[in-house]
Amino acid sequence: MSIIEIKNVTKTFDEKKSNIHALSDISLSVEEGEIFGVIGLSGAGKSTLVRCMNLLEKPTAGEVWVDGKNLITLSSKDLRLMRREIGMIFQHFNLLMQRNVLDNVCFPMEIAGVKKREARERAMNYLRIVGLEEKAKAYPVQLSGGQKQRVAIARTLASNPRIILCDEATSALDPQTTGTILSLLKKINQEYGITIVVITHEMRVVEEICDRVAVLDKGTLAEIGKVREVFDHPKSNAAKSLLLERKIEQLGVNTADGI
Amino acid sequence: MFKMLADGTWDTLYMVLISTLLGYLIGLPLGTLLTVTDADGIRPNKVLYKILDIIINITRSIPFLILLILIMPFTKAIVGKSYGTTATIVPLTVAAAPLIARMVESSLKEVDKGVIEAAFSMGAGYFTIIWKVLVTEARTSLLVGVTIALGTILGYSAMAGVIGGGGLGDIAIRYGYYRYETGIMIVTVAVLVILMQILQWVGMLLSRQIDKRRKS
Repeated sequence: MSIIEIKNVTKTFDEKKSNIHALSDISLSVEEGEIFGVIGLSGAGKSTLVRCMNLLEKPTAGEVWVDGKNLITLSSKDLRLMRREIGMIFQHFNLLMQRNVLDNVCFPMEIAGVKKREARERAMNYLRIVGLEEKAKAYPVQLSGGQKQRVAIARTLASNPRIILCDEATSALDPQTTGTILSLLKKINQEYGITIVVITHEMRVVEEICDRVAVLDKGTLAEIGKVREVFDHPKSNAAKSLLLERKIEQLGVNTADGI
Repeated sequence: MFKMLADGTWDTLYMVLISTLLGYLIGLPLGTLLTVTDADGIRPNKVLYKILDIIINITRSIPFLILLILIMPFTKAIVGKSYGTTATIVPLTVAAAPLIARMVESSLKEVDKGVIEAAFSMGAGYFTIIWKVLVTEARTSLLVGVTIALGTILGYSAMAGVIGGGGLGDIAIRYGYYRYETGIMIVTVAVLVILMQILQWVGMLLSRQIDKRRKS
């Protein structure tokens, strides 16, 4: 069953001189329980697409269905309730800098009106899942990038989401930390059955954790399919050039290793 | 003479603290409204922003001494008289509110847009975002603003001495200027300087205390 359905979504930004088409007529669906990747070069419209999935960005045209509900027709109150089922993590973590780790994880529960004591207990549990319970009293400034992202993951778990959207969640991290965050996401997907949508410009991310992938190119859907198929037999130019870039990168790394 | 200075200091503190407090009662919501309704705010509203913007600019461009005299009828209507310590609170508040609104606006605008977006993605409403994200995240900067506001109002309160405003400024003008008692004037100014130093010192100490963005 599809948990997210994007139907003919178009998004135009009105700029002073010209209209910019960030997305034009995109349709795709994400199945429940899968890890779905969206890849493309910067400016391809990936971030806009993922922001349409929780309506942080309102499409100019088209429909966004999540869990059988059309987000666009929801009242603002129902939309807020719906958003609690759709967690989101970001490239720059976006933690509250003036709150400690535990209170950051408590924040979505505060919004949902969970009692403070219960929230704290649950928060500790989420911190245990991401392996940071000993940092509960630390402030974000005292954490590394990878630790901050783990706090952000614990924070989205706190609202018991059915979906987690990841907007370039590993792009600000080094390769090794990227690996640990990716395996954490995979674990969450497998153990809790949470559907994950990953937006990235790194092939590696898609290869490591995604079941299916959509390739975006200048706001249009260039290709969609199982990761292996798309990567082994790319049909679109966009997918081919991404693969080529990846090859050059690997070649570069190998040469560097050789020296 | 000592009693006179002590009374003057007390009057000054009373005026400054009450009018800053009242100024924040008006300026904090006003500054928040400015931040929220600005083009890149969480609920843009061009018309409302422009109206507030213009009102604030007009009030801020009137020199305080002129404002004092200009709103005398208003002051009289509220307090019953237009001179004395309590009466001075009215023009001080009128001068403080727009200044405070601007400082609140600039503090709140420092808050990272990404954090606001994250709060929206969690299903937070506007009031939650204003209170728990904007105000809480900007608290250090807001407190620095309080310190600046107190200092500015302290300066204004001394100016009010010209029209019989009470407090240290009043003493400095009556004795120092009209009666040529330079000694008293110097002592009064010294007390003002000390007050300003204490305000600044306490304000900065507090804002550093509550800032969790510092590593140690």
